[in-house]
Amino acid sequence: MTSAIKFAYLTRLGDTALILSQRLSELCGKGPALEEDMALANTALDLLGQARLWLSYAGEIEGAGRGEDDLAYLRGDREFHSVLLVEQPNGNYADTIMRQLYFDTWHCLALTHLAKSADPRIAEIAVKSNKEATYHLRRSSDLIVRLGDGTEESHALVQTAADALWPYTGELFVGDSVDAEMVSHGEGFDPASLKDEWLRYLAEAFGHATLRLPAADAWMHKGGKQGLHSEHLSYLLAEMQVLHRAHPGAAW
Amino acid sequence: MARDWPLWEVFIRSQHGLAHKHVGSLHAPDAEMAMNNARDVYTRRNEGVSIWVVPSSSIVASSPADKEAFFEPANTKVYRHPTFYPMPEEVKHI
Repeated sequence: MTSAIKFAYLTRLGDTALILSQRLSELCGKGPALEEDMALANTALDLLGQARLWLSYAGEIEGAGRGEDDLAYLRGDREFHSVLLVEQPNGNYADTIMRQLYFDTWHCLALTHLAKSADPRIAEIAVKSNKEATYHLRRSSDLIVRLGDGTEESHALVQTAADALWPYTGELFVGDSVDAEMVSHGEGFDPASLKDEWLRYLAEAFGHATLRLPAADAWMHKGGKQGLHSEHLSYLLAEMQVLHRAHPGAAW
Repeated sequence: MARDWPLWEVFIRSQHGLAHKHVGSLHAPDAEMAMNNARDVYTRRNEGVSIWVVPSSSIVASSPADKEAFFEPANTKVYRHPTFYPMPEEVKHI
């Protein structure tokens, strides 16, 4: 397996965590309640920690002298391999938490599979991250049930969010040659193999939340993992990277 | 909204402790969210391994006005303290 393949695989995981962390960080100080604000910030920090682990490893694999900071702050949007779902804007709280639920459900399944990776470093990162992801899923599931089976207003907002974000979820389950290569070495998993379990979990959560699950065979966006992003990512990166780019090499 | 959420008191038992200690309070609509919020707000720095959340309205507190009658009499009863014989190491935490 070439280092380029593994680098791509690791940056998909690291970039996805990093971009979602950045989105959640935007809400720091702006949460609907003090306790929610802390929970969002905690989640953002957990994801940032995971991103650091994935990207540090990616840099080592690449062997070109790029560390986690270089990868996080000096790549352009075409070089980011995060999934499209995580760069979607925060919107209102229903949008934020629905994005989180769609992601957390997938994330727990993915990390459970990666914990069995033949690459011990990948397995180690996955095991640690899954403890955090399990809690994130508990929180987002609970909130979606509360908001969905809540007032008329919250129910409407959550259903709208569920429908609006649905086309960005398909990408999570579409594999390509990078995934295939990782699977053949026992180091990765086949994305499609997660879909049934993901749908089953969401069907149950949506049931409790009195929400309608969108059609599983709906048209889906794709391209994030290949570096083709929606218009949101470059604005997000501009904000995330401006300090580092303005003061290269700066440290605390 | 958050204005209507009742207040809860949070008690945490640390890894090396034997008793839950009061660490603060928070607002939550019900027990499940109170537990999650307590975990998020009060265990960020590895403070503990067990959480109790109690609605503040369930707590009955002694009145400061009763301080004298409640607590002063115990100050001068040294015979109630088991300090007149040595405790063996082995039974320190009975």
